[in-house]
This record gives sequence, C-alpha cells and structure tokens, in this order.
Amino acid sequence: MNAVSAYETSAAARIGGRVYPRRRRRIKGASIAVLVFLAMCAAFISIPLYVVIVTSFKTMDQIALGEVFSLPTTWTFEGWWKAWAEVCSGMTCEGVRHGFFISLAILFPSLFLSIALASVTGYALALWNVRWAGPFLFVLFMCAFVPFQIIMIPLVALTASLGIYGTIWAIAVIHAVLAMPLLTLIFRNFYKDVPPEIINAAIMDSGSFWRIFAEIILPMSGNIMIVVLILMITSVWNDFLIGLTFGGMGAQPMTVILANTVITERGEVHYNVDMAAALLTAIPPLVVYFGLGKFFVQGITAGAIKG
Amino acid sequence: MSPISIPRDRGLAMVFQSYALYPTKTVRGNLKFGLSAQRLDRGEIERRVAWAAQLLRIEPLLDRRPAQLSGGQRQRVAIGRALVKNVDVFLFDEPLSNLDAKLRTEMRLEIKKLHHDLKKTVVYVTHDQVEAMTMATRIAVMDGGVIQQIGTPDEIYERPANLFVARFVGSQPMNVFETTIDLTGNRVVATHRSTGVEMDLSDYSFIRQPATGMKVLVGLRPEHFSIGRPNGGKPAAIFDLPLRYSEKTGSDGTAFLAAADELLAVHVDHSQIGALRDGASVRAIFPADRFNLFDAETRSRI
Repeated sequence: MNAVSAYETSAAARIGGRVYPRRRRRIKGASIAVLVFLAMCAAFISIPLYVVIVTSFKTMDQIALGEVFSLPTTWTFEGWWKAWAEVCSGMTCEGVRHGFFISLAILFPSLFLSIALASVTGYALALWNVRWAGPFLFVLFMCAFVPFQIIMIPLVALTASLGIYGTIWAIAVIHAVLAMPLLTLIFRNFYKDVPPEIINAAIMDSGSFWRIFAEIILPMSGNIMIVVLILMITSVWNDFLIGLTFGGMGAQPMTVILANTVITERGEVHYNVDMAAALLTAIPPLVVYFGLGKFFVQGITAGAIKG
Repeated sequence: MSPISIPRDRGLAMVFQSYALYPTKTVRGNLKFGLSAQRLDRGEIERRVAWAAQLLRIEPLLDRRPAQLSGGQRQRVAIGRALVKNVDVFLFDEPLSNLDAKLRTEMRLEIKKLHHDLKKTVVYVTHDQVEAMTMATRIAVMDGGVIQQIGTPDEIYERPANLFVARFVGSQPMNVFETTIDLTGNRVVATHRSTGVEMDLSDYSFIRQPATGMKVLVGLRPEHFSIGRPNGGKPAAIFDLPLRYSEKTGSDGTAFLAAADELLAVHVDHSQIGALRDGASVRAIFPADRFNLFDAETRSRI
C-alpha cells in the first residue's frame, strides 16, 4: 500500500521529466484574522475562568493583596470546603451542598417528565396519522417563542392551585412544559427519519401504539436521547429563574442558593469561597458533557434496511 | 372486511422489499414481535419461533441482530417473521429484488418449496418475469395499475391476452410485426412484409372470425423457431435470412436475422450455435401451432 502510493506520488511528480515541488500551505492574511478572532473569543471565556479557578484556591490573605492573575502561593481547599458545607445562604449555614441535593431532586423528575412527554408526542406526530398534526406542531412551535416572563405569574397561580407550588414538582412540571416545544420538535424530526417500512411492519405485527413505542422506537432513540439529555441537564441545572420563582422556600436549587450566598454576604467578602461555590455549581453539567459525550453512537438503524 | 379494520386484524402477514427488520431486536425478538398482536402463551410462541427458524434454517442466527446478518439471512428472517403468524394470506413485496442473482435463484426455490409445504395463499409482487413464471400458480400481469391478464404461467405464456403481456413475458422478447390477413380458399395466410415470406395461419385457433384485409400483429417467440429442419409440428413459415449477429449464453443462444430493415430474433440450440457465421444464410422454420395474433387497433388477442 505504502510502496504503491509512494510510487504513484513519484510518478505524478515527475510528469514530463520536470519535478513539480509539492505546494506548501501558507498561513494567509485571512486565516490570521480568523485565528486572532478565535483567540480573542477564547480569551474572553478562559481569562475570567482562570481567575475564578485560581482565586478559589487562594487564601484570603493572598486575595487581599489584589493580584488577581497570580497563582496561589499556598494552594488550599479551605474555600472549597467552606463553600460546600459551611457558607451561609440567608438563615441557614449549610453551604451549597444543600442546594446540590435539591438540584438533583429537581433534575430527575424534570428530565423524566420532559423527555417522556416530548418523545411520545414526537413519536405520535411523526409516525402515526394524527389529525391536525401540522397545525398542532405549528402552535407548539409558536409557544417556543413566548417569553417565560410574561406567563410567569399565571403559572405561579396555576401551580399554587394545583397545590404543588414550592415543591420540586412545581419546578419539574414547569421545566417539562417549557421544554416541550423544542424537545417535541427534536424528537419528531428524529422519528421522521425512521424508515416507514419499519413502522408499517410494526403496525401489522402489533398495532399497539405503546408497545411499538416501547419495544421498537425507544430502543432506536439512543442518539437523540443523549442529545436531549445533555440539553435538558444543562438547562435544568443552570436554571435560576424557574427555581427562584416556583421553588418557594423549600425547593431552591443550587443556583438560587449560590446567588443568595454571594448576595447576602456581610462584612468581609470571601472571594475564594464565592468562586469555589460558583465552580461547584457549574461542575455537574461539565461532568455530564464529558461523561455522555462518549455514548454518541452511530448507525443505530444499521441492518434494518438493505443498503 | 369492514373498511375500518386495522392492519393487525386482517389476518395478513407481509414481507417487505427492504425487509424492515427491527434493528434493535435480535432475530428471535423480531420473530416474537410478529406474534405480539396474537395473544399466545409462551410455549406456543417458542414453538412457532422454533418451527419457523428450523424451516428457514436460521436457528444459529436467533440471537444475532439484523446488522450482523447477510442479505439472504435478513431475507429469511423477514419471511420468518411473516411465517410465525400462521395466517391465511401472505403478502410478498418484491422480497428478492435486493439480493444478488445467485442468491435470488436459491431463495426463489426456497420460497417455492415453502409455498408448496405451507399450502397458504401468497400474493407475490415482482418485476422479475422469471420469478413470476417459476413460482406462481396464477399470475396477474399489470400495466400502470390495470390488470392485463390473469392466468396460470402456461396460459400467460402460451396465450397472452394482449400485446403488452406477450411482450412482457418471455426472456427474449417476442418478434412482433404488422401484417394483413388473407383468406384464400380454406386457408388463412399472412405475409411477412419486409421479406415477403408467407405464413400459414390456418391452424391458429381464432377467437374472432378472421376476414380478408384484417390488420393484425403477428407475434413469433424466438424459442419456437427451429433451425434448418422442422422440429416436429407442421411448418407454417420458412425464413431464409442472412445472420446479422448472434448472442451466446453458454447453453444456447439467440441469432438475429436481418429481415430488410428489422431484425428477427431466433433461438438457437447449443448443438447448432457453433455453426453460425455472420452473414451466412440461416433457415428458420416456425411451427403452425405457435402463432400469437393481436388486433392491430386494440392490441388484444384475436
């Protein structure tokens, strides 16, 4: 293989007895501009991130010197520990740890509700003859453009009348409902590409809406589930407004606790603790990215259809 | 059947052209899912899956997924998924069209055997006339969604109802040319225009009474010609024409004879094909009982 290609290259290079040197790729002006632009974009993210990370490991004494870019002289986890377990948010002094577990408790029902709702709706719209499917999808899509802020107060009244206001269920339901337009669209478009013969065969074999969904369609949805999971975990975990509005006093997620911690601090501002708390809050979605990214699997329908 | 009956209750099983196997299920899972509409106990399901697997020789593949199977194996699984249902009517939608020629010939025989053993009705859609001729008990030839003729393979081949069927069936297409019927005494004759050869149609069983001056299309199947000497049967037309070129297919071949501006395709036996020389004159004899006549206007059999 190598010998052959080497032979071909040398033959090609010596056409007509002349040797044509391989053209060298040069960095042109345009690509320099692009590189500078990209470097600036990266710097905008990475420089503040660097400051946050180094500050979280510094002692308060070093922070008092004001050299924000310097590395910690003595690396300490004191700020991290305080942020996790001791820092005060309003009246309670349990650290952001308390919020972490509430966020987890919000995350799972939110994920389950939103994905269950959207995948079944998408499946019905894509693969079954649903009357008014087109207009329904259009209306659903329009709902995606309604700003959350303008329906917030009616939703508070609604959850209160359902008796779930101030619980994780209120937050989970609101997440599921607000995510539904986008997720339904994603699922519908994914299921549109399921070969029609498969669904026809399944309808002839079983005919049961739920059974086809559970046994045929759901196992084929691996790819899209990962995409939706990453999307939803990030948005649910990073959400502040829904948690603040619907969590009441008892079900405030980590982001709300973090904000309370930073905002309500009195006297000396513990920058290392604040930075560590912010990082602790930001880490879980990152873990999800790196963890789930590996499971992007290709060719989930391989072998179902010839070719 | 009421118009609202849903597909699973129609007592049908279908084999799709693309197989449409469930990609995430094993072969066993695929076969079992075929039974999910029928409420059967576990033992019966196992028994049927085992029976179909044994019949189609896919037992070693039961725990594989479709992606791990070859085309022919997927084909068998797709048939198996229909078989386990034990219904009265099977629908096959061009099931062999995705297979290569050799495998297609093998599977054709398999399906034919299966049909013979099961004694169930199979509606089999195909574009391949060889499949149709070899497998069918009855063929419906369709053109543009309209049924042209329904009959046994022999009827379709021997007595095509119209020109479309006549041209469609037969591996080497039928020679067709237009001519006029002449009644002389008690004989019915027609002349091959470009060569002037007279054809005796007296033995043809006319559906309609022939009349002088009637415009007809005469169809001569290449395989009914005999070369040199008449091969049994009464000779009705004798063509002495130069050979333009010939095609050999190993066991036999086709000679294309130059008849003025058109070509006359003639089937040649293995023993004679070696003697053919381009440009040399060949005597092709057509027997009296093998003509196909069609109305020049309506193109249907007369």
